Amino acid sequence: MSSVREDLRRGLSDIWPPMLAAVPIGLLFGALAAGKGLSPLEVMVMGILVFAGGAQFAAVELWTTPAPIGALVFSTLLINARHVLMGASITPKLQGFSRWQKLLGLYYMADENWALAEKRARTHRLTPAYWFGMLAPFVACWVTTSTLGAVVGAALGDPRRFGADFAFTALFIALVAAFWKGRVTFWTVAAAGIASALTYRLIGPPWHVLAGALCGLLAAWIAAGDGAGAQPVPAETSAGPRETAPARKTPEPARP
Amino acid sequence: MTLDPQNLLAILGMAIATYATRVAGLALAGRLRLSARAQAAFDAIPPAVLVAVIAPSALATGWAETAAAGLAALAATRLPLLGVVAVGVAAVVGFRALI
Repeated sequence: MSSVREDLRRGLSDIWPPMLAAVPIGLLFGALAAGKGLSPLEVMVMGILVFAGGAQFAAVELWTTPAPIGALVFSTLLINARHVLMGASITPKLQGFSRWQKLLGLYYMADENWALAEKRARTHRLTPAYWFGMLAPFVACWVTTSTLGAVVGAALGDPRRFGADFAFTALFIALVAAFWKGRVTFWTVAAAGIASALTYRLIGPPWHVLAGALCGLLAAWIAAGDGAGAQPVPAETSAGPRETAPARKTPEPARP
Repeated sequence: MTLDPQNLLAILGMAIATYATRVAGLALAGRLRLSARAQAAFDAIPPAVLVAVIAPSALATGWAETAAAGLAALAATRLPLLGVVAVGVAAVVGFRALI
C-alpha cells in the first residue's frame, strides 16, 4: 500500500490539467457574476459553499435583484441531479474513508475529480490522501480565479459592450456539446429549447427553466423508448452494470 | 466588499441543494437500478436544463443572438470550451453591429 505522502503527490499531479483548464472559466464566471451585480465577496462565498460550475453559471444567468431564491435553488438542484448517480458509483470505492471523511470528501465531488477518482479506483485503492490531495488545490483554484474575475469584471463595466452577456449562451452551447449522446440528446435539446423559449414569451421567467427541462426529459424518455425497439442500443449506454453512472465525456472544465 | 442578506440566503440554498445531490449517493450506493429509459432521461437532465436556461437569450431576444447561437453550436462540434465562447461573443458583437 502506498504511503500517505505518495498518494497526496499523486492526487496533485492528476488534478493539475483540469485545474489549469478551470482558470479562464473561473475568471469568466467571476466577471459575469460581477456584471449581474454580485460582489467579489459573494462570488467567493458561492465558490466555497456551492463549488459547482455548471449550476453557478446557470444561477448567475437567472440572477436578478432581489435574488429569486426559489428559482436559483431549483435550477441548482436540477443541474446537479447527476451527482446522485456519480456519488452512488464512487461511494463503494471509498472503503478506507472514515464516515466524517466521506461526508467532507463528497462535499467537493465535481465532474473532474469524480472522473479521476473513478479512473484511479480501477487500478489502486482510493485513499483519503489521494482524494483530498486532488480536491484541495482544485477548490482553491476555483475560488481564487472566480473571485479575481469578479474584481476585474466589476472594473470593466457593462458586459454588453463586448458581447460578454452572450458568453453564457455560448458557454452553455459548448457544455451541451460535451453531454452529446446522439439522437436522444438531439430531441432533448430541441424540445427543451422550444418549450423554454415559448414559456418565456408567453408566461415569463423563471418558469421557462422548469417547462424547458421537463419537456427535454420527456423527449429523452420517448426517444430512448422507441430507439430500444427499432434500432440497436448504442454500446455506450448498454455497457456496464446499471448501478454505476455511465462513462461520460468529462474533460469539460467549466463545471468543477 | 458587501454581502447582501438575500444573496447570501440564495447562496446557502444553492449550497444545501448541491450537497444534498452529492451525499445522496451514500444512501443509494448499490441499491440504484434504473431502467434504460429512466437512465436516458436522467442523463438528459444536464443538457435539458442548460438549454432551458439559455433558450430565451438564444431564441427569443433577436436575430443577432439567434444567429450567433447557431454559429456557436457549429463551433461546438470542433472547438474546445473557450474557443466556442470566443466565437459566440465575437459573432454576437458582429451581428449586433450588422442587424
